[in-house]
Amino acid sequence: MYGNDFAAVDAPDGGLLGQVEAAEAALRAAAARGRGGAVAAGADPESYFADVINADQKIEPRDWMPEAYRRTLIRQIAQHAHSEIVGMQPEGNWISRAPSLKRKAILLAKVQDEAGHGLYLYAAAETLGVSRDELVDLLLSGRQKYSSIFNYPTLTWADVGVVGWLVDGAAIVNQVPLCRCSYGPYARAMIRVCKEESFHQRQGYEILHTLAHGTPAQKAMAQDAVDRWWYPSLAMFGPPDGDSTHSAQSMAWKIKRFSNDELRQRFVDMCVQQAETLGLTLPDPGLRWNPERQAYDFTQPDYDELMRVISGDGPCNRQRMAHRRRAHAEGAWVREAAAAYAAKRARHEERVAA
Amino acid sequence: MRARRGLSHTHVGSLHAPDAELALRHARDLYTRRQEGVSIWVVPSGAITASSPDERDAFFDPAADKVYRHPTFYEVPDGVAHL
Repeated sequence: MYGNDFAAVDAPDGGLLGQVEAAEAALRAAAARGRGGAVAAGADPESYFADVINADQKIEPRDWMPEAYRRTLIRQIAQHAHSEIVGMQPEGNWISRAPSLKRKAILLAKVQDEAGHGLYLYAAAETLGVSRDELVDLLLSGRQKYSSIFNYPTLTWADVGVVGWLVDGAAIVNQVPLCRCSYGPYARAMIRVCKEESFHQRQGYEILHTLAHGTPAQKAMAQDAVDRWWYPSLAMFGPPDGDSTHSAQSMAWKIKRFSNDELRQRFVDMCVQQAETLGLTLPDPGLRWNPERQAYDFTQPDYDELMRVISGDGPCNRQRMAHRRRAHAEGAWVREAAAAYAAKRARHEERVAA
Repeated sequence: MRARRGLSHTHVGSLHAPDAELALRHARDLYTRRQEGVSIWVVPSGAITASSPDERDAFFDPAADKVYRHPTFYEVPDGVAHL
């Protein structure tokens, strides 16, 4: 479906899930194949590291790795973890207002999944020698970022649908290749995350499909949400390749497998048909099939806006950070109480043993 | 985590918890939201003793020259059954 890296899969119903399974199979196959063996295990660590990467094997936490590789991964995984946690907010806003008990239960489960994804990723980052507390502190003090998409507001129930369809959809397109990332703990966490994200994308699509086939007012609400989220979703893939600062090195290290523009194109090509089935319009007059490229031509998102939102000036940056800080501070007593209880029990057990 | 009866436990991930009891509850919430397991063990990471990747060669080398441990090492004469 998306080029030769994913040759085995284009099942009509589970393209993305199929890709995740293919990545998982590739991981096992590479492990069974072993390194080429061109470089002896006892060789200098740099050649050994390069050999492992070349053989599509995984680097594991206690392997030697270049400092810059470690730093790049910490930055990327932490930012990813923060995004999952902050990403709970725009949807969490709608839990109490979901239109039915069923939709409320589903949304609750989805937001709980996001928390779980954050925790898988924090655990993966910790294998690189950084502590959870440090990472939380870097987020709360604004020194590490989260995905700029979560600085946009969810104004209506249809936004919850669009967040699932477009935002989670874009996230999956970004993340499926990360299932093949060269760092083992990150790749394994991403396989788990992607399998669960696929439920998120479908539940969003279903919300929109219901609205788009409802009353004219419901359909208009769905269209309005698509109109507002389309370009910010395209911007989720980051700046165009020419301006992307981290790309080349990350590609060489096989942390990243495809460029920002390649993934953005993949996403657009995927969405066009899905929008048609919804009966909704993607708000881009320049969108048209280009038979020469075998892909859709489309209007690029406003990258100046992306840079403004990243640097803190989006519609909800302050609100999101204030909420996260407040939630962290208000949860302090729970963490303290749990620690005090654990300490008390440990003392009690010592006394019993003595 | 034991995924199903009859399978051995395999490592699924890590988490933070103040004590073992809460670690078990957090593990249930974090790693079995979709019925991934029927049994969970939690172990404090400090209690794990691991081999070091730096000593990988010396540590695992002794097994490398003992191909005769594998059944494929032996030539079976034609026509011999049940071997």
